Amino acid sequence: MQRSWAWRLSVTDLYLWAFRIVVLAVVIWGTIGTVAARRYGGEVWIDFLVFGMSQGSIYALIALGYTMVYGILRMINFAHGEVFMSGAYTAYFVAAAFGRSGYLDRNPVVSLLAVLAVAMATSTLIALLLERVAYRPLRQSPRLVPLIAAIGASFFLQYTFRGFFGSGFQAYPETQVLKGTWAIAGVNILRTQAVVLVAAVLMMAGLYAFVMRTKTGTAMRAVSEDKEAAALMGIDVDRSIVIAFAVGASMAGAAGFLYAIVFKQVHFFMGFVPGIKAFTAAVLGGIGNIPGAMLGGLFLGIFESVGPILFLEGLGIVAPYQLKDVIAFTMLVMVLIFRPSGILGERLMAKKA
Amino acid sequence: MGSALAGRQRRPWLEATQKGLIWGGVAVFVALVGMVEIFAGREIIVGVITLGLALPVLTVLAAGYQGALRQAGGSAVAVLARGALAGAMVGVAVAALVALGSAVNMRAMFVSASPGMFALLSFGRGVSGIPLIVAGAAGAGAVGAAAALLPGSARRPLVAALAWTLGVGLFQELLQTMLHEGAIQTAIRELFFSGEGLSARGALLVFLLVWAVSTVWMRRGSAVRQWHGQLPASRQRTLRVVSLLAAVAVLLLVPVAAGPFLSQVFVLVGMFALLGLGLNIVVGFAGLLDLGYVAFFAIGAYTVGLLTSIGEHGIAQMSFWSAVPIVMLVSLIAGVLLGVPVLGIRGDYLAIATLGFGEIIRILVLSDFLRPWLGGSQGILAIPKPMIGGFEFRGPEQLFYLTLASCALVIFVAMRLRDSRLGRAWMAVREDEDVAEAMGINLVNVKLLAFALGATFGGLSGAIFAVMVGSIFPHSFQLLISINVLALIIVGGMGSMPGVIVGSLFLVGLPELLREFAEYRFLVYGAALVLMMQLRPEGLWPAAALRRELHAANEIGHAGPVEAPVGPERPVGG
Repeated sequence: MQRSWAWRLSVTDLYLWAFRIVVLAVVIWGTIGTVAARRYGGEVWIDFLVFGMSQGSIYALIALGYTMVYGILRMINFAHGEVFMSGAYTAYFVAAAFGRSGYLDRNPVVSLLAVLAVAMATSTLIALLLERVAYRPLRQSPRLVPLIAAIGASFFLQYTFRGFFGSGFQAYPETQVLKGTWAIAGVNILRTQAVVLVAAVLMMAGLYAFVMRTKTGTAMRAVSEDKEAAALMGIDVDRSIVIAFAVGASMAGAAGFLYAIVFKQVHFFMGFVPGIKAFTAAVLGGIGNIPGAMLGGLFLGIFESVGPILFLEGLGIVAPYQLKDVIAFTMLVMVLIFRPSGILGERLMAKKA
Repeated sequence: MGSALAGRQRRPWLEATQKGLIWGGVAVFVALVGMVEIFAGREIIVGVITLGLALPVLTVLAAGYQGALRQAGGSAVAVLARGALAGAMVGVAVAALVALGSAVNMRAMFVSASPGMFALLSFGRGVSGIPLIVAGAAGAGAVGAAAALLPGSARRPLVAALAWTLGVGLFQELLQTMLHEGAIQTAIRELFFSGEGLSARGALLVFLLVWAVSTVWMRRGSAVRQWHGQLPASRQRTLRVVSLLAAVAVLLLVPVAAGPFLSQVFVLVGMFALLGLGLNIVVGFAGLLDLGYVAFFAIGAYTVGLLTSIGEHGIAQMSFWSAVPIVMLVSLIAGVLLGVPVLGIRGDYLAIATLGFGEIIRILVLSDFLRPWLGGSQGILAIPKPMIGGFEFRGPEQLFYLTLASCALVIFVAMRLRDSRLGRAWMAVREDEDVAEAMGINLVNVKLLAFALGATFGGLSGAIFAVMVGSIFPHSFQLLISINVLALIIVGGMGSMPGVIVGSLFLVGLPELLREFAEYRFLVYGAALVLMMQLRPEGLWPAAALRRELHAANEIGHAGPVEAPVGPERPVGG
C-alpha cells in the first residue's frame, strides 16, 4: 500500500523543500562568509546579543497578550500593537511632566514606576474598551469577521492617536540614572538595556505565577482548554476572557514603557511593527503557550539583532541592517509554513489532545 | 441579552441617559480628534452651517433618536422628553469639554484642542455659552426623538432629503464647475448656489424636491416595481440593456463633462476598483484573507517601470502595450510563487503570512541592496505615457478611458469566473475547506488559481498606476494600500462586484473630493471596518450567497454557543 516517498512528493512539496534549502543555504553561506572575514570581535557580538535580548524581552512581553487572547478566543488580536503604543504614548505625557518639573531626576525610581503604572493602566483600559466594543459582539461570527474588525480597530486606534496628539515623534525625557553603562561580569551593558531585561523577566515571572498558581489563572487555563466544560464547572467565561485581555494589555503597556526608555521617542505608528514581530514571537514559541511566547520573543530579538550581520553581510550585501525586518518576516512566514505549532507548541497540543 | 431587555423595560430614563452619554463621548471624540475645526472650513449651507458643526449636531440627533426608546412605551410626550434628555446629555458632555478647555491648557496634550475649536463648539461664547449648548442639544434631541415617533414611510423621505441636502452642500464646488457653461446651467446654478456654496434657498429647494420625490416613490414605488416585474422577459432584458448603454454613455462622457480634476479622481477610483476586483477573487470568492496584496500592485508597477522607462533603470524601453502582457504574466507567476508556500495555512494565519510577504517585498525594494536595479528609495523615473497611433494617454482625461476599459475587461472576466466551475469551487472552499476537498475539489489548484488571478489583476492595476504617475517609489506601496483595498471590499460587500465599485467610490472617491477628509481617511476606514463587521458584515451591496450565510450564522449563534474554530491543525488523537 505504501508508495515510496518519492512518489508521494508533489510539486508543491518540491517547491517548499527548495524554499527551505535556499533559506538554509543563504544562512550557512552568509555565516561562513562573515565568520571568515573576522571583521567583528567578540565584544561586538556580545553587544549584539545583549541588544537582541533586551529587544526580544520587549517582544516577549507584547507576545504574551497575543498568546493569551489566542489561547482563549482563537483570535488574533491584530490591534494589540496599538494597545502597546497607547500605553507608551500616554505615559509619555506623564514622563514629560515629571521631566519638566525635575522630579524625574530627583526621584527616579518613584517617577519611573509612576510612568510605568500609567502605561499599564492606559493599555489595559484601551484593551478592555476594544474587547467590549469591537470584539465581544462578534464572538459567534465566522472567524474572518473578528479578524477584520481587529484590523479596523488597529487603524482606528492609530489614527485616533494621530488626531489627538499629532503626527510627529515625541521625545521621551531621559533620566540621569539610566544614562551610561554598567559593567556586569566584565561586560559593559547599557543601563537601559539592563533595566529592560530585569523588568521584563520580573514581569513575566509574575505573570507565569499568576496564571499557574492563582485561582483566576487556573480558571483562565480551563477556559482556554474548553469553554463549555469550563462554563459547566461554574467558571465565568466572560470574566476569564476579560481578564486575559486585561493582563495581556498590561504586559503590553509595560513593554511600551520599556520600549520608550530604550528608544526615547513615541509615535502613533510605533506599535505596528513591534506588534507584528511580537505576533511572530508568539507563533514561534507556539501560540497559546505562555513560556513559548517568552522564549519566542527572546529568540526573535536575538535573531534580528545578530542576523543581518551574521547571515547577510557575509554574502556581500550592502547595508544589511536595513533588511533586519526581512529576517523577522521571513522567520514569521517560515514558522507559519513549516511549524505552525511553534517550538513549544507540540507539547501543549499533545497535552490537550 | 435578556437582562438588558428587561432593564430597558424597567428604566427607560436611565437608558436614555446612557445613550446620550455614549453619543456625548462620540461628540467629544470628534472634537478632540480635530474634525470639528478642520471641517469647519467646509460650508454646507452658506452662512448657516458648516460640516464641522454638522457633525456634533448629527450626534445629538442620533442620541435623541436612539434615546427616545419608542418601544419602551409611554406617551408621545414621554418619548420626546427622553430624546431631549439624551440630547441634553450630549450637550453636557460637550459643555464639560468646553469648561475643561477654558480651565486648563489642553493643547499641551491634544493638538486639536485649540481656542478656535472651543469657540466653534460654544457658538463663540466660551464658558458662558454652556447653557446655550445644553439647551440647544436638548432641543435637537427632541427633534431626533420626533423622527423616531414618525412612521417609517414618513421618516425615510425626510432622512433622504437631509442626506441629499448634505451631499449637495458638500459637493457644491464640483456641481458648480459642472454647471459652469450654458444659459440653462447658469440659471440652475444661480437658483441653488451663491458663489461660495449652497445658499439657504437652494438647500430648502433640494430638501423639498428630494422629500417630494421620495414620498411619491414610497407611495408608488411598489407599483412601478410590480409593473416592471410583469413585463415579459424579453422586454425586461431590453430595458436592462438600454439602462446599461445609458450608463456606459454617461461614463464615456465623464472626462469631457467633468474636467481633469474629476477625471483624475475617477482614474484613482478605477485603479482601486481594479485592485479590489482582484482581491475580491482571493478574499471574496475563495475566502483567503490576503493582507499582502500590495505586493502584486508593486510588482506590476515595477515591471512596467523596468520595461518601459526611458530613464536610467529602464532595461527594455518597450511600449506600454507590449509590456502589459508581460506584466500580467510576471504578476501571475509571482502570485503562484507566493501562493504555493502559504497553501497549507488557513484563515487568520494566512492573513499574517501574506502580510509578511508584502512587507518583505516592500523592504527589499526600498533597500540599498537592490538599489542598482530598482532604484532604492529614489524609485524609477521617466515612465512614458502609453500611445495608440498618434493618440497619447497624456493626462487623466485620456487615462480615464484606459482605466475604464481595464475595469470593464476585469469585471467581465471576474463575472465569467464567478459563474464558472472554478468560481463555484472557490465558493465551496470559502464555505468549508474540508467538505470541499471531500467533494473532490483539488484544493491546491483552486487556491493557486485564486492567488494567481488575483495577482494578475493587481499587477494590471499597478501598471496603470505606473503610467499615471510617471514614476514609482517604494513609498507608494505601503501596507496601507492593502488595508485600503480590503476596506473597500468589506464596505462594498465581500464577493460582490458592484460592491467593489460602490466601495471604491465611497472610500477612494470621497476622500479625494473632500480633501479635508484625507487626514481622517484611515480613522474612518478603521471605524468603518469595525462597524461594518458589527452591523452589516455582508457590506453595502452584498453578494446574495454571503448575505444568506452571515445571517444563518447569526441565527445559529443565537440558538446556542458554537465552538470557536481552531487555528492550527490539531493532530487527531496525537
